[in-house]
Amino acid sequence: MNPNFAIPAVALVVVATVLVGAFGLRVSRTTSDFYVASRTVGPRLNAAAISGEYLSAASFLGIAGLVLVQGPDMLWYPVGYTAGYLVLLLFVAAPLRRSGAYTLPDFAEARLASPGVRRLAGAFVVGVGWLYLLPQLQGAGLTLAVLTGAPDPLGGIVVAVVVVATVAAGGMRSITFVQAFQYWLKLTALLVPALFLLLAWQGDGAPRHAFEEPATFREQRTVRVEDTVDLDLERPLTVTVRGRVDGRPHDETRLRLSAGPHRIAAGTRLTFAAGTPVPAAERAGTGPMSTSLAASREERPLYATYGLILATFLGTMGLPHVVVRFYTSPHGVAARRTTVAVLALIGGFYLLPPVYGALGRLYAPELTLTKGTDAAVLLLPDRMIGGLGGDLLGALVAGGAFAAFLSTASGLTMAVAGVLTQDVLPSRGVRHFRLGTVLAMAVPLAASVLVGGLPVADAVGLAFAVSASSFCPLLVLGIWWRRLTPPGAAAGMLVGGGSAFLAVAATMAGFPGGGPLHALLAWPALWSVPLGFLTMVLVSLATASRVPPGTAAILARFHLPEELWAEAKA
Amino acid sequence: MTVPQDPAERRVVVTGPPRRTAPHARLRSRRRHPHASGYYRPRTEIDEQTTLGHTYVRSLMRTQLRAALSVFAVLVLLVGPLPLVFAAAPDAGRLAWLVLGFCLYAPLILLARWYVRRAERNERDFVRLVEDR
Repeated sequence: MNPNFAIPAVALVVVATVLVGAFGLRVSRTTSDFYVASRTVGPRLNAAAISGEYLSAASFLGIAGLVLVQGPDMLWYPVGYTAGYLVLLLFVAAPLRRSGAYTLPDFAEARLASPGVRRLAGAFVVGVGWLYLLPQLQGAGLTLAVLTGAPDPLGGIVVAVVVVATVAAGGMRSITFVQAFQYWLKLTALLVPALFLLLAWQGDGAPRHAFEEPATFREQRTVRVEDTVDLDLERPLTVTVRGRVDGRPHDETRLRLSAGPHRIAAGTRLTFAAGTPVPAAERAGTGPMSTSLAASREERPLYATYGLILATFLGTMGLPHVVVRFYTSPHGVAARRTTVAVLALIGGFYLLPPVYGALGRLYAPELTLTKGTDAAVLLLPDRMIGGLGGDLLGALVAGGAFAAFLSTASGLTMAVAGVLTQDVLPSRGVRHFRLGTVLAMAVPLAASVLVGGLPVADAVGLAFAVSASSFCPLLVLGIWWRRLTPPGAAAGMLVGGGSAFLAVAATMAGFPGGGPLHALLAWPALWSVPLGFLTMVLVSLATASRVPPGTAAILARFHLPEELWAEAKA
Repeated sequence: MTVPQDPAERRVVVTGPPRRTAPHARLRSRRRHPHASGYYRPRTEIDEQTTLGHTYVRSLMRTQLRAALSVFAVLVLLVGPLPLVFAAAPDAGRLAWLVLGFCLYAPLILLARWYVRRAERNERDFVRLVEDR
């Protein structure tokens, strides 16, 4: 990868983001402009903005990397991210917009008339938002390190500064423009190189064994292992070694490694003959975007797949930066149509990462050994096309990756800052919103610099699982069930979201080690979501006397078409 | 997914006049402005939040929930068996690539469009009902 092209590309994206944000600044005047763009954003612009915000680093780099290492099962991630919007559309979109609330805590308070539930929902929004910001910042650090060899935290700091500046200066209106712009930028940055890569693949005689399990080397390839890796071979492997394997030094020796665990020391060169299956390193691909929990998939693949499906399908509706976008639609019908447009935009985008994953299996299979799988998308243009063309396409992809970090991070910062301003800081107003923005970004930035090498990647899965088990019951029952009570909502969020949080935190701390219990804790959604719903329903039924008095009126507002209540108020 | 199990949702649709009014509904109705004459009865019932008005709203919620649940059921039937198929099929890798990578997004969008059309039609029908047009 040639930094002479990549750095200007990243700089260009950053400058363009600031400029488009400044364009929004001129029209951002009132507080309402600030938070929800005065609710005048049309479906098309809003859909591009929602998609731009949603397609994070995990989508842009992480999926291709995961598919490269673990094969097609990982394609459930993009399917789940997309289907999450369908579930959101079915149960939440229009009523949420009609509820007239700005944020999830606003929704909780409007529906249940309880400041306590509002504060609890606010705490969950801030928690989920911070968890989701962490991998964005780490991913930015990794990308800049791959591109330029800069120290790891630098990329995160760049993203943090740009995001705080644009959000604090322009608020939601400018963010709407920035996000819409970044969707198209990301699509271009992935689509154009993909077309050239496919042409190169055609020119190469269109080899088709990308879909075979496991991936194999197409030609003799020498791999230098940067960090010590543990291999767990399923079958014997013949390889030429220069360096240390299992503690013994070798110098260009042809070795036949038996099936079972082996340790390759840092700095070792391995030469694989053509046709050799690619060995997978244990906990391979623990880059910031590929989740290390994936290792446990081997033990219970079916259970894990269903856990993943449930978490992503139901978790999307509770992500703070997704929900806040719906308030910018002018009315409920527009909110629904916007969601359909979002589905189309996201679905179109997700056709591309599998292409990169498949080509990565063909042309860069050794990335599984060097733990740099998240870099596959960045490295492929150089690897397959090379020369000036490869450099230019690589620069385009790098710019797109930075757009991904910037857009998701600004949406999350916006949502977290909104909650902090309204519920934590002493008084409201635009100045305090700016203070909230700094606070919203400072905590995850400090965490990403401090915890550095920890598998922060799990944060994405954790965020989805926690959101699916806390906000999904709150939203679905809040909108469709008239007997929901404040104690029921609070208990359901605490038990469902809290247990999901503890389960994944225990896995990250390495608590149970292995076996079925490990899988249960690593993929909590399958039991924690029903638990959240059940707790909310049972506690609500037990406290039936606490149903808020205005429930019927509020539910009428959620579900009646606007033309009925707009006239009623006139 | 667990679907909200509300005993009230399973009741038979109430079509008769209300037997009593909920006390709190009357209290809240004073927030609303008095209406010009010429509104038909269902519309006024909803605005004034009488029990009959609530029955209208409930019936709308029930049709909308039915629309959402039926599309959701199609989604579950479409996606739910896939992991089992991939686990059982002999040449699963290639099939999984094809289906998950490229074939699921179009059906998701079609389901979304189907739902939106149904939900908007439900709302139009409801407006026509209460405005008696």
